[in-house]
Amino acid sequence: MNVAVCTYGAGNVRSVVAAFSRLGASAFVTANPTDVVGADLAVLPGVGSAASAMAGLGERGLDDALRERVAEGRATLGICLGLQLALDESEEDGGVAGLGILSGSARRLADGRVPRIGWAAVEPSGEAFYFAHSYAAETPAATARSEGLVAIAEAGSFLGVQFHPEKSGAAGGRFLAGCLSRV
Amino acid sequence: MPLPRLIPCLDVADGRVVKGVRFQRLRDVGDPVELGSAYSDAGADELVYLDVRATIDGRSALLALVSRIADELAIPFTVGGGVRSVADAEALLGAGADKVSVNSAALERPELVSELAARLGSQAVVVAVDATLGEVRSRAGSAPTGRRAVDWAREAEERGAGEILLTSIDADGTRDGYDLELTQAVSDAVSVPVIASGGAGSAAHVADALGVAQAALLASILHEDPTRFETLRSELRELGIPLRDAA
Repeated sequence: MNVAVCTYGAGNVRSVVAAFSRLGASAFVTANPTDVVGADLAVLPGVGSAASAMAGLGERGLDDALRERVAEGRATLGICLGLQLALDESEEDGGVAGLGILSGSARRLADGRVPRIGWAAVEPSGEAFYFAHSYAAETPAATARSEGLVAIAEAGSFLGVQFHPEKSGAAGGRFLAGCLSRV
Repeated sequence: MPLPRLIPCLDVADGRVVKGVRFQRLRDVGDPVELGSAYSDAGADELVYLDVRATIDGRSALLALVSRIADELAIPFTVGGGVRSVADAEALLGAGADKVSVNSAALERPELVSELAARLGSQAVVVAVDATLGEVRSRAGSAPTGRRAVDWAREAEERGAGEILLTSIDADGTRDGYDLELTQAVSDAVSVPVIASGGAGSAAHVADALGVAQAALLASILHEDPTRFETLRSELRELGIPLRDAA
């Protein structure tokens, strides 16, 4: 199984590749839209801020590639900012249009210390995953929450997670194995 | 609020993990790849790697070593030491770090914090503050700056720091307990998470630190016997500190 991990700016995409490789998948980093459309699973990791990320995706044609995949019903995983980018819009950076794969928007966290950093339980399973974010999705597509915030959202073949499964130890490994098994 | 975090810290010099007392008399305590992997397996919530010679040597942290450690980890990994530019930070993220920690260069040129936050996002920017008697020191504790720790932490937050890693030089390596007064003052001054560092000698010390900070850095207490990490976790649970189930 091959997993295309989109790269479009500054950030750690290496750990996403490492996490899938540990599960026996053939994961690779790419900025090529054709690779992204054709892979068994495409991953949109979170990198930088919403505005720079959307610009980076657009420059490489990865925005259209991701929309095309999802329209074709092919498995696509958005991680952290990757979930937020899939929404209609984000209020980060003064307001940024997203990919429109998920309805809803990303809003600045209002409570507690921000960024919200650390391990927190995801309901309904109760397992803890690692979060590091200042914005959270508000979407009717939510399927799991953590402390009231959207932790997982799904629409068609797109699965978005606010937490970092690639950084969430054994629980994260099980989650990613589940993603591979759905392809 | 997320769970309190326990963060083993690898202070690295010349490719080896070292530990001193009050930043002096560094001694070799092990191999960073082996230690990092052991702590990750034992339930560490994150790992911090600080190249304590990088600034003094005028270079950034060693990318090949960072990658070797990163590839062993399935937990967040912060790397610091000698980061002077956005390019240095991008190189570390490219090598497998999730966050970069900046210290001396940010004190010399605070705009660096703003630049890093704009490019990488605040969640990837840790500002490390080393303080003695409430005053910030730079260059691995060797250079006075005349800044108050609370003031610098607040400025760092305003510039986009996502976390403050606060080390009490006075408590470092003593195992006499964290500097709770300093930690409380900085924690009150900012609204980003604070990582308390320096002085852990017992589970009770760590529990006290987690009462005022969101995370506790652990070094001397662990390195002579890395299996101490697992017993520390169970002792903290007995003290009522909620920790993640690492299984």
